Amino acid sequence: MSTTVSVTVNGTKYDLSDVEPRLLLSDFLRDMLGLTGTHVGCEHGVCGACTVLVNGDSVRSCLMLAVQAKGAEITTVEGLGTPEQLNVLQAQFREHHGLQCGFCTPGMLMTGEDLLRKYPLATDDEIREGLSGNLCRCTGYQNIVAAIRAAAALRAEGTS
Amino acid sequence: MSNDTRAEPLDVMRPRNVGAPIKRTEDPRLLTGRGEYSADRKPDRLLHVAFLRSGQPHALITRIDTVTAQAAPGVIAVLTAEGIAGDFKPVIPFSRMPNYYATPIVPLAIGKVRYVGEAVAAVIATSRYLAEDALELIEVDYEPLDAIARAELAVVDDAVLLHEEAGTNVLISREFKKGDVVADLQAAAVRVSGRFEMTRKAPLAMEPRSYTAEYDKRRDAVTLYTSSNIPGIVRDAISESLDLPGHRLRVVAPDVGGSFGSKGSLYPEELLICIAARKLGRSLKWTADRLEDVSSSSQAFAEVVNAEMGFDANGVATSLQADVIGDVGAYSIYPWTCGLEPVQVVSFLPGPYKIASYRGAVRGVATCKPPTGPYRGVGRPISTFVAESLMDLGARALGLDPLEIRRRNLVRAEEFPYRIASGIIWDKTGFVECLEAAAEAAGYEQLRVEQAAARKRGRLLGVGIASYAELTGIGSRIAVAPGMPINTGSETAKITIDSTGAITAAFGVASHGQGLETTLAQIVADDLGARFEDIRVIQGDSDEVPMSTGTYASRSAVLGGGAAKHASRILQDKIKRVASHLLEANQDDIEVSGGKAAVIGTDRAVTLKQVAKAVYSDMKTLPVEAREELTATYTFDPINGTTAAATHIAVVEVDPATCFVKILKYVVAEDCGRIINPMIVDGQVHGGVAQGIGAALFEELVYDDDGQLLSASLVDYVIPSAAEVPVMDVVHIESESAVAGGFRGMGEGGTIGAPAAIANAIADALSPLGIDVSILPMTPERIFKLLEQARLNTRGKADE
Repeated sequence: MSTTVSVTVNGTKYDLSDVEPRLLLSDFLRDMLGLTGTHVGCEHGVCGACTVLVNGDSVRSCLMLAVQAKGAEITTVEGLGTPEQLNVLQAQFREHHGLQCGFCTPGMLMTGEDLLRKYPLATDDEIREGLSGNLCRCTGYQNIVAAIRAAAALRAEGTS
Repeated sequence: MSNDTRAEPLDVMRPRNVGAPIKRTEDPRLLTGRGEYSADRKPDRLLHVAFLRSGQPHALITRIDTVTAQAAPGVIAVLTAEGIAGDFKPVIPFSRMPNYYATPIVPLAIGKVRYVGEAVAAVIATSRYLAEDALELIEVDYEPLDAIARAELAVVDDAVLLHEEAGTNVLISREFKKGDVVADLQAAAVRVSGRFEMTRKAPLAMEPRSYTAEYDKRRDAVTLYTSSNIPGIVRDAISESLDLPGHRLRVVAPDVGGSFGSKGSLYPEELLICIAARKLGRSLKWTADRLEDVSSSSQAFAEVVNAEMGFDANGVATSLQADVIGDVGAYSIYPWTCGLEPVQVVSFLPGPYKIASYRGAVRGVATCKPPTGPYRGVGRPISTFVAESLMDLGARALGLDPLEIRRRNLVRAEEFPYRIASGIIWDKTGFVECLEAAAEAAGYEQLRVEQAAARKRGRLLGVGIASYAELTGIGSRIAVAPGMPINTGSETAKITIDSTGAITAAFGVASHGQGLETTLAQIVADDLGARFEDIRVIQGDSDEVPMSTGTYASRSAVLGGGAAKHASRILQDKIKRVASHLLEANQDDIEVSGGKAAVIGTDRAVTLKQVAKAVYSDMKTLPVEAREELTATYTFDPINGTTAAATHIAVVEVDPATCFVKILKYVVAEDCGRIINPMIVDGQVHGGVAQGIGAALFEELVYDDDGQLLSASLVDYVIPSAAEVPVMDVVHIESESAVAGGFRGMGEGGTIGAPAAIANAIADALSPLGIDVSILPMTPERIFKLLEQARLNTRGKADE
């Protein structure tokens, strides 16, 4: 039953031959690749904690099978910055206290990266709407919105 | 030796870290996917556990057949109550409370199930997928019994009993009395009353409960990594149950993804996984899926309160009485008991008000639902909802503004310490100051002007106020839960400088998002005189201090912070003694600051690393008797506790077409004493308010009359997203408490104030239609029904 999955995750190419067709992408990343930064919060596509980028688009890895990711380029939270060198969005999350327990954070970051890449984010309402598929229970969202707002401002500076 | 030039002592003594918005130590790992939650552990030859859970609300188990499941691919073992009978003692959630029945806690149901979701059997297999496959192959025969789905029905005379041994479904009852409430109500100029209800709610942390038991065959020892906020309590309980001494049972709460109370009790699965790890000699992991987490983690509220308040002609509340019935679910929880939530409702009902006479009676009733347990605010979200509703009803009856009636009833600055009618003592806190600051920040008078204009245009706009007080940082004289036999009144700090000069501060508290690695290091940095970045805080590990409980009840800043301060001072004295030898100065002339010990008024200084080297490594510098180990342990007990208070003001608009409530403005003025880290305090308030918004508008665990949960997914159980939470304005009244550091606890307040403020705002918005708010959450469906009823009433009147 097992099949081979070739994917590129955070720039590294993996060829894994013993992937069950029913294996969720989230479990593939966590259990087979050891990338436990991707968190599983609901396994039914509502909470957004497991969000990763697949070919540049934000995707809930609990709603996708690993075999569907054959040939894809995947980015997880481990593919952003490092503790010594946080990327722009990570640094703004820290600056604005956009995380508490940290469980929803990887999904928030991956959704935030997607929003920053694709949308003007001219208003906070637009940011809140963009985040409405990612649930956080600690922060009340205010500081997450502030972090993404600040990252959007830095992006604007960078392009001007 | 030092670049420091003449620092003035006053400058040195001033706190540099406490009060500063220092960026969190936790963040770099959590932002880069390098955090480690229980489910991230990967011990060698790991096996996975899956639980078969009851689909029956109340039934006898007549047969369990596991033969087919045992033979399924990857299955190592299938465990039932029978198979583990000799491996543990039931855990009893004991309490000295009279009129209380302690239901025993066991890992798997014995003979009978009492709620849908109760664990009946466990499969242990080589993967989670295979373990879940095998669940389907277990055959269980049930003999169904009548379901008890409503607390009111559980107390009728011929109700079926959930626990026959108890002889009743009322697991706990209690009454508080002060003064002659009947006479005072009769003498009152105005009496207001109502039936208030907060429905059953899920704490719903984003990380589902998860446990990894790692077995060490060399010593028959277990390390349990648990998503718990009470690892110390879990260690002690499992040690007793499994007869495993503490040095063979280590319980660690690594990074924990929120709790809000749902991870703050001992769970059957924690027992089972430790039992199975020893039985099989293997390491095991279990992670709840969301359905399991919602349907088997402790739940909240589920209370109905019939209450009445009397006022004199000046709007002073004189008397209050309440009868509370709490639907506590199928079992009492360890260690808090099923009395925790409902009893706190009557303990805190008089709130921050000087009400002379009081009677509060409470019954906690067993039903076929998961147990209720601690949830952020415990009892006070409801007591505040009820008291604040009655205040507004009184204001309306007397023609007073809601702000003014609170001014007339709050305990004032000169009246502290104040014992309220239920017996709780408030120490000096800014009750009135919070009220006035919130009103000012919200622009209260202008809001009323705007509201009047909006009403003229037919808009349903309302303003709601809620004031409350809570007891935080509770010491040993007061039990966190009534009559509970364990000590929750102290907290230990153990601070060590090792031979490399590294500073490690270990605590028994267990952060699950509060940022204690940061705030406790801020305190140690100031009181020890070290650099913030040089301090490592260890917490959530039962091996680090001899006795610990965890983080709950807004205790960690007060108790952990107090312990940190005292231990730091003891260690600083040791540093000074060593430095006095090294610097050839009197130890009274030495100050420790920024990681150095210096002779005041000179540039003669040694680093803490040099001090450590002198003590541990260099055998020539110090006389033998001066080589004191650089470690200090202090167990701090604030004896009583300290008050925290706030006033919330919400402005809402009800859309008559969609029946949705939009929050237009939200202000919190709070007094949490001296602030350790303002960034973290604001974050706690924001998050608490967001959960209070959920409780006020969205979140409800709906059980049908057969005890089946109808809202078990996150599609049906709706928590607020970024789009539903408004911008919150937080004002701080920083009045120092009398306990060490001047801190007050502040982790829960947001959730206490928000439901009441929003309920009052909705009631205010709908008051032109004669609608009161008596049940939360105010979902669009409930508002629709209230609006329909109001329309019918108006039509009825028109027809008359």
